Amino acid sequence: MSPAPVEITVSATGRKITVPTGLFINNEFVASVDSKETIQTVNPATEEVICSIVAASAADIDVAVAAARKAFQTTWGKNVTGFERSRLINKLADLMERDAQELAELETLNNGKPVRVARDFDIGDSIQCLRYYAGWADKITGEASIDNKTKFAFTRHDPIGVCGQIIPWNYPINMWAWKVAPALACSCTIVMKPSELTPLTALKLSELVVEAGFPPGVLNTVPSYGSVGGAALSSHLDVDKVAFTGSTLTGRKIMEAAAKSNLKKVSLELGGKSPHIVFESADLDQAANWAALGILYNTGQDCTAGSRLFVQDTIYDKFIELLAQKAQALTISDGFAEAASGGPVVSKTQYDRVWSYIESGKAEGAKLLIGGQKRPGKGFFVDPTIFTDVKPTMKIVKEEIFGPVLSLAKFHSEEEVIALANDTSYGLGAGLHSKDANQCMRVSSALEAGTVWVNQYNMLNNNVPFGGKKQSGIGRELGSYALEEYTSIKAVHWNFGEKLDWPF
Amino acid sequence: MVGTFSYKFDTPTFKGTSTFPTGLFINGKFVDPVEDATIDVINPTNAKVIGKVAIGSSRDVDIAVKVAQDAFDKSWGLNVAGSERGKLLWKLADLMEQNADELAALEALDVGKAYSVARNFDINGCIATLRYYAGWSDKDHGQTIETDENKLAYTRHEPIGVVGQIIPWNLPLVMMCWKIGPALATGNTIVLKPSEVTPLSALRMCSLVNEAGYPAGVVNIINGLGSTVGQAMSEHMGIEKIAFTGSTVTGRKIMEAAARTNLKNVTLELGGKSPNIIFDDAEIEQAVKWAAHGIYFNHGQACAAGSRIFVQAGIYDEFMKRFTAHSQALTLGDPFEPTTYQGPQVSQTQFDRIMNYIDSGKKDGAKVHIGGGRHGSEGYFIQPTIFTNCRPEMKIVKEEIFGPVAVVIKFTDEEDVVRQANDTAYGLASAIFTQNINLALRVAHKIQAGTVWINCTNFPEVNVPFGGYKQSGIGRELGEYALRNYTAVKAVHVNLGHKM
Repeated sequence: MSPAPVEITVSATGRKITVPTGLFINNEFVASVDSKETIQTVNPATEEVICSIVAASAADIDVAVAAARKAFQTTWGKNVTGFERSRLINKLADLMERDAQELAELETLNNGKPVRVARDFDIGDSIQCLRYYAGWADKITGEASIDNKTKFAFTRHDPIGVCGQIIPWNYPINMWAWKVAPALACSCTIVMKPSELTPLTALKLSELVVEAGFPPGVLNTVPSYGSVGGAALSSHLDVDKVAFTGSTLTGRKIMEAAAKSNLKKVSLELGGKSPHIVFESADLDQAANWAALGILYNTGQDCTAGSRLFVQDTIYDKFIELLAQKAQALTISDGFAEAASGGPVVSKTQYDRVWSYIESGKAEGAKLLIGGQKRPGKGFFVDPTIFTDVKPTMKIVKEEIFGPVLSLAKFHSEEEVIALANDTSYGLGAGLHSKDANQCMRVSSALEAGTVWVNQYNMLNNNVPFGGKKQSGIGRELGSYALEEYTSIKAVHWNFGEKLDWPF
Repeated sequence: MVGTFSYKFDTPTFKGTSTFPTGLFINGKFVDPVEDATIDVINPTNAKVIGKVAIGSSRDVDIAVKVAQDAFDKSWGLNVAGSERGKLLWKLADLMEQNADELAALEALDVGKAYSVARNFDINGCIATLRYYAGWSDKDHGQTIETDENKLAYTRHEPIGVVGQIIPWNLPLVMMCWKIGPALATGNTIVLKPSEVTPLSALRMCSLVNEAGYPAGVVNIINGLGSTVGQAMSEHMGIEKIAFTGSTVTGRKIMEAAARTNLKNVTLELGGKSPNIIFDDAEIEQAVKWAAHGIYFNHGQACAAGSRIFVQAGIYDEFMKRFTAHSQALTLGDPFEPTTYQGPQVSQTQFDRIMNYIDSGKKDGAKVHIGGGRHGSEGYFIQPTIFTNCRPEMKIVKEEIFGPVAVVIKFTDEEDVVRQANDTAYGLASAIFTQNINLALRVAHKIQAGTVWINCTNFPEVNVPFGGYKQSGIGRELGEYALRNYTAVKAVHVNLGHKM
């Protein structure tokens, strides 16, 4: 018996949203084959339960993988043209655009971010991302060599196959789009495990997958606990590739499981402790805007958060005053409030974690410029917090906090700050502000990060690759580079004229 | 006063009315030409005049170029992000899809091709082409190139600016989309001249261009004669690039005009006399069907037509028996009858030209195996024709006929047939039929043609490049390669440390 959908009323707008609660396998919402476990979804602004959904077991993962494998062999994979894939992915983008407001409200309810941001940025970017990859679907080309008179050698960029995709809770819809778009463009099939904290929009998007016309089994959605669904996908013998975005800790487990099982391909987008540098020649007001954005956007719950800010000594006093003003000008509140620039952090666990870092900062002797006080009342709200006088050995400087908590340090010379910036096992993002072009070139070249922003921060483009160096990840998303993650190269050597002499 | 074309279709395959203005389309509006002039539009099925459209002169080209340059500087070009350009092209494709039946009917009326072919091949091909190029709009990157740590070197693929495009009458909308697709994707603005023989479907597209949301002046359509509007475009100092599909004779004139004036960039898709080589071990039933498709598709009015059919001696008699039967069974008739395969040739001029070639073949001593004459008494219909007993020096073997006239030549030797196949000033397409893959690849790699079809003919894909060797053309259309026709490469060297 398939589980009944629930009707959720968004109290702020009066909108009623029907959300499917079953596992999405073979274009249908179904119950678990062997488990009665459910996941309770919570509204982080009110701490109230939104609804319950089915939690997939390891056996359900098997069913989903089998569905994805069957689709790959029959209606997808090499059985569908790039033109058709392009058309379907574009159709999905159209449907997302049609339902943008409803999806945004559901995203805000479950994740807490402001509705306006969810709709215009998260969903806006996701629609563009789908369209971008729809455009690649019929442009997957290999190489053909002409060097040889008797052999024709060429490469095929085949789809990898069945892909397990595990996405986080900080940008549920946007991370969904980043994963499904290139995978579908390359003709892979998908078993998608959204975060157990924010599974609702992934389930709602599954309805659009059906409406767009994708064959059953091409995209399957199986909300589950990481230790169940995530572990099952990583170690599954019939999954060809796993793509994960989340913590470095979990990323290691996934890579280990992949290595121990079938050496499936792994791509990882992990954590960061990204350095953000303000040189004395910078436009200070702009730099302060970007620096504030870098740590406060999405309430600091961003893998590229510019969480270590380095300010040159000659402009330090002036700059930190500006920065404090900028930070305090933002409104952190319920995502349905018009003026909201940021919402609560996503859960009690995250809330406690962020606060324990704030307490450790205080305990280790860092000074508070702003923030550090808990808000009374309901909701997992954390106000912008800036620590100064930090030392490289402090926990708040070394470890990823994933909240609106900034460590701010002074520096003197370019060489010094480059060394400080690179003194981390992470390497995801980095930013620098300077009007000296030569300096911009030198420093952007020296910073060990997958993305370096010059006189900007946070802003990505769908056609520019994104990913981590060092322990921030393996592989790249976005741009044409993402296609490499979902294709498997086959070289064909076709002899049409050479005879083999024997014995050779 | 801008005129209107209106036609009521009441046929077994399409019923409906098509109505649209017939002026010049400049800056998003239909306008009268500076000097009043029109040309009649003739229905080739019955030779009757069905309407008329305005034609322009060099003065209208001047106006259009100004408007297109203005649009390029202010509302198009790099002022619009690639993803946005892609969105508009996709929207135009959607609009073509919504109006597909009517567009197909106009094409069938004006060109004389079967409605079902116009609908399924031409219009569907157009939609696929526009969608394909929509996807390229935000993906044509330059490169960063490693030199040393004191220099940042990179390339930009910039749109050229105002481009001139001149298209033929054989597949009007397909040729329009092959041209505007890559040009718009890369951010250029356009002055396009349809063929004066088939001006209708391009005019119908104009309101779709507006509806898709293109800023005024991005796409400008100027009907007119090659000798006036086409010449003016080729010589224009404000057009930096011209793209032409048509006859080799006209292609030369365009290239000469470009050389004489501002050395504008030129790409040409010209004629062909494409060889179709059928070996003894070909799968014969398929070879017959594809060979017929190769020469009779679009009534032989295809630049890539496989018009010289070389058949190996061992299979010759059997091939001729089946090919003859197949050709004789082709149904000629009104394009809007559901059973029609072949309609009329596009115009009196083309009809006369083809009939002259048939006469010359007869005079030169080739044997008319079937056909060789007019079909019916109304319209420009020509019987599917097969010539045998041909010698290489005959006009029908050397020159492009552009009609449903197949020249069949027997051969024995692989090397000799390759030599014969390449013994032409043309080099557009070719086909090879054999079950032996080694033979197929060996021969394919030796043929001097821009496309080699193995075990098929006339089977293009929007993402595979198409274009000519030798005098069949310069440059490639379709695929990623077409983007190169509409972008200029700028190299930027940023010195970040080298001192003089």
